[in-house]
Amino acid sequence: MTRPFRLRKRNARRTFLTRAAGAASLLTLAGCDNLSRTQWFPQVLDSVTPFNEALAKLVGRRSMAQEFAEKDRSPTFRSNGSNDPGTPEYAAWVQAGFATYALNVGGLCEAPRKFTLDELRALPSRTQITRHDCVEGWSAIAKWKGVRLSAILDAVKVKPQARYVVFYCADPMAEDGTDLYYESIDFDDARHEQTILAYDLNDAALPVPNGAPLRLRVERQLGYKHAKYITGLEFVESFGKIGGGKGGYWEDQGYQWWAGI
Amino acid sequence: MPSDSPPIDAPAPAAASPRPLYYRHTLPVRLMHWINVVALTVLFMSGLQIFNAYPVLHFGKSSYDGTPHALEIGARMGPDGQPRGVTRVYGREFDTTGWLGAVKDANGEWIASTFPPWIMLPSAQWLAMARLWHFFFAWVFVLNGLAFVLYAVASRHLTRDLAPTGTELRGIGASIRDHLRFRHPTGDAAKRYNVLQKLAYLAVIFVLLPFAVIMGFGLSPWLNSVLTGWVDLVGGRQSARAFHFIIAWLLVMFVLIHVFQVIVTGLWNNLRSMITGRYRLPAEASHD
Repeated sequence: MTRPFRLRKRNARRTFLTRAAGAASLLTLAGCDNLSRTQWFPQVLDSVTPFNEALAKLVGRRSMAQEFAEKDRSPTFRSNGSNDPGTPEYAAWVQAGFATYALNVGGLCEAPRKFTLDELRALPSRTQITRHDCVEGWSAIAKWKGVRLSAILDAVKVKPQARYVVFYCADPMAEDGTDLYYESIDFDDARHEQTILAYDLNDAALPVPNGAPLRLRVERQLGYKHAKYITGLEFVESFGKIGGGKGGYWEDQGYQWWAGI
Repeated sequence: MPSDSPPIDAPAPAAASPRPLYYRHTLPVRLMHWINVVALTVLFMSGLQIFNAYPVLHFGKSSYDGTPHALEIGARMGPDGQPRGVTRVYGREFDTTGWLGAVKDANGEWIASTFPPWIMLPSAQWLAMARLWHFFFAWVFVLNGLAFVLYAVASRHLTRDLAPTGTELRGIGASIRDHLRFRHPTGDAAKRYNVLQKLAYLAVIFVLLPFAVIMGFGLSPWLNSVLTGWVDLVGGRQSARAFHFIIAWLLVMFVLIHVFQVIVTGLWNNLRSMITGRYRLPAEASHD
């Protein structure tokens, strides 16, 4: 009698301990989910981002993103996020083959002005086959041709107190047509050799799903920094009063402004 | 050298008891062990939530180069209106309902989800938050790991306790046989890690964990640019992602074996030694 009884007792204890451990893990997990929803805890987690950025700049302020061979190109370049801004104004541009489109450049600069696509195509350009890394985890390789952002900065004579370039876009992120996409980068990236406003994708005019007529390529950062459907640039000292104040649409949703990792 | 350091070759208390409590793990080792447990747990769980944003794995330079997906986890609607988990390995399809693709949530409802919610952090789809957890605990893990290696070298924990001797390496066959028969060292022999244990720890500390970190670097477009093209050494950025994922599961396998060994060689004794440092030597086989 004793032996089976003791066995059962041991099993009972084991079951109890297993269940207790399971319950404790579930409580811990629920606790972590609760922490994620507080104001302060995500800020603590995010405290490493400035450090990551500083370190990345220390090891590669002017580093060059990898460029690939023609054969490495993805057969089709995936469109993610907006596929078509869908606004009447944008539809009119598409209708006119973007002949009526002009890029508005202003803010902290000596000579704010507009650039038509032809004027942009006449500025110094760069062609590069690069890999687009999405924050989701996929990547695609494509050939981009575009105007060097540094050429635009020089053309309008950016003032020294400007710290960021803000990109305004035509694609609304809210169902009701508001909440236009926007992004921002600093001047390390704005003056980087590979930073271009692309007007061609794979030797043809940039298609609508990929951001026609103009999209940013900022090759050392994740895909959400590569603003599509760009309508304007603004040079600012701070982006705190633009949009949600975090420097970009996805940044306002909790993603990092510096998207190098 | 820390004053509470030398565990292994300290003389055992003079035969006061045949099974003395023996000081096995120094305070720094215990502390760093448990910090590592927390950091790796968070990294694994938040990593699964990050993977959930694109539940596909493949090798190569990009995701759209025509090579087949090594792994793909998804869901499709079953005839009963409940999602069915579908996992494809190189195109071969498996029904993984309940584990991968379609799982029960906390309320017992079937939902489409790459992994069960209880194994992910956050438990529901939330990429931005998972990244915040992952990158913070990556620093906890890396700093703790560097501190451990420095300590292990400076305190000679590495050379004394972890590095196998030539004799031990030659006895590896016997050690494998002992492990297969669940025979564990007793008496003074139990003061030392056995040779398989040493090799497993060294492989994890100096191969798997650093490789996991480097493959993580390979996912960063900025760190990729620092030595332009270095990620091609492992086959490209998507290969780095696949290796990062595979290593995570190899570490889970290590942890399962590690915890199994902890249980079969005396759960409470082992736990106590990693909490208080004190380990009761298992009795000599002949004394039983």
